[in-house]
Amino acid sequence: MISRRRHPAAGYAAIAGGLVAAGVLYGTLSGGSASAAAPAQNTTQVAQGQKLFETSCSSCHGLDAQGTAEAPSLIGAGAAAVDFQMSTGRMPAKELGAENDRKPTTFTQQQIYDIAAYVNSLGGGPAIPSPEQVSTTNAKTALGEELFSTNCAQCHGFAGAGGALTYGKNAPSLNAATPTQIYEAMLTGPEAMPVFGDGTITPAEKQDIIAYVIETRNEANPGGFSLGRTGTVTEGLLGWLGGLGFLVLIAMWLTAKRRDHVKGESEQHS
Amino acid sequence: MSETPEEPTGPRRVIGTPSTAPTAVDVQVEPERPSFSADPENAKQAKNAERLVAALFVLAFIAGCGFIAAYVGLEVGSSTIPKGANDVVAVLRSNMALGSSLAVALLALGTGSMIWVRHLTPNIEIAEERHELRSEPEQRKAFKREFAEGAAISQITRRPLLRRTMLLATAPLALAPLVLLRDLGPLPETSLRHTVWRKGLRAVTLGGLRPLRPADISTPGSMITVIPEGFQDDNNALAKAGVILIKFEPGQLHVPTIYDGKTQLYGMNWTVDNIVAYSKICTHVGCPVALYEETTHHILCPCHQSTFDAANGANVIFGPAARALPQLPLTTDSDGYLVALSDFTQPVGPSFWERG
Repeated sequence: MISRRRHPAAGYAAIAGGLVAAGVLYGTLSGGSASAAAPAQNTTQVAQGQKLFETSCSSCHGLDAQGTAEAPSLIGAGAAAVDFQMSTGRMPAKELGAENDRKPTTFTQQQIYDIAAYVNSLGGGPAIPSPEQVSTTNAKTALGEELFSTNCAQCHGFAGAGGALTYGKNAPSLNAATPTQIYEAMLTGPEAMPVFGDGTITPAEKQDIIAYVIETRNEANPGGFSLGRTGTVTEGLLGWLGGLGFLVLIAMWLTAKRRDHVKGESEQHS
Repeated sequence: MSETPEEPTGPRRVIGTPSTAPTAVDVQVEPERPSFSADPENAKQAKNAERLVAALFVLAFIAGCGFIAAYVGLEVGSSTIPKGANDVVAVLRSNMALGSSLAVALLALGTGSMIWVRHLTPNIEIAEERHELRSEPEQRKAFKREFAEGAAISQITRRPLLRRTMLLATAPLALAPLVLLRDLGPLPETSLRHTVWRKGLRAVTLGGLRPLRPADISTPGSMITVIPEGFQDDNNALAKAGVILIKFEPGQLHVPTIYDGKTQLYGMNWTVDNIVAYSKICTHVGCPVALYEETTHHILCPCHQSTFDAANGANVIFGPAARALPQLPLTTDSDGYLVALSDFTQPVGPSFWERG
């Protein structure tokens, strides 16, 4: 009577499993930790930084940070660029290339400040912002949203989830970035990112943007799945594969021959 | 397919009443009683199916009540939101509750109905014969006669004056909908060829609305989106007037000087201090194009991957865009702020029919 070739619910279980797997795949990413105290620069720090630079950085950037064929000069790059690149783990790089991914850093924050002080002593440049500079206490989140969608969202996406650039490069997700790192990235323009200096986006506006990024990051997902917050691509993919797949299964169920029907037909013919 | 030949059915049928011919073969034999047994083959299985359907219907009832409860309980209005709560999240929660309860209700109702049909209704085949769409000859004849009678009674063939004035009376009413097409809006005329940029109009940042001096964009690799001053609330103007300013290292920028007949389209003399201004509207279908890569000087459009070379007059180097991004002539005013030297010298944005 009931054929046991396949359980009737097997197809639906497969779809449900696929949906759960997709949800887990796009699971939430953890937030970043707060940065340490602002650096106080002095000559001993510069000397310590120089030592660290010579052992960890000079093979690519040159003994005097003058740059080589493989890596750019760091003279005038500034302490903010050093702190951004090293605290996000992008530097020292795993391999030479146009882009480096975020990874856990192997340096202490103090060592990074030492190297930053050394690089700063070579030719100045943007300084590491103080905790007050990156504070979002009095920030205007709505203005931050406007500034973000005008100047940042085209690459990083409306929710800061990141996006693709040309020739395999990509704009990283902002989910793990600390307020200091966001500030430094705008100030120094790492990798392919353009510079948004204090002349074009004022320090107060940078705080507004940081407030928007943090606020968006902490927003709840009432459905349970964020779908990566990359917008139409993942939503469309789920709609097509999940939704249409479900509809196809329903259509198969609706049009499937009834078992007693098949039996009755064979009885009629015999 | 073909109709079974019918015998003459005695007295003339009244037009509009159904034919007396039988419609279903099964019913023909014994019309008073069903020709099949409505009892299921397996009573126990049928009872299980019945319980399942009933459970699904109860579930649909509960979910339907849940929909109403979610609508009343999770109201998004300001009255039910505690002060300081995130109303965006409140809207998301409300949508989630409404959508999922409605989905469960409809799905349970539909699933229950399908199980009802598939497992409880008796499995019989009912054939419904097709009939020819064409009316029967006597119906056609009667219609023809009645039409002629009606025309004669109405006098429309006999009194041409009435006929013609009646047509005259209805003609303007028939044409009236065509006149209403004008309400679709004024003709674009030359508005697609111009933006609100004009000589001396300052470029201000979008968001902060500050005018910029060249020194504000001093770091090579800087980029910023600007709009014409005073138009921040004019969405029609902003739709075409968005501009990106990009600062280059000395010697990096090679804007070719290109003339289209007599009009200059691009020019190195339109830059200020290695700052160049390009339209932010993609020339393909008009997406905002501002994915600027400082290292490669590529401007990428996120919609269809058109790629422009910002260092060389924003020429297209990849993708479906047909033309380079128009360049806005830049200069500085007496206060040192960046201003437009003129409007764009070519239409911004996507192609249009009369663009040429």
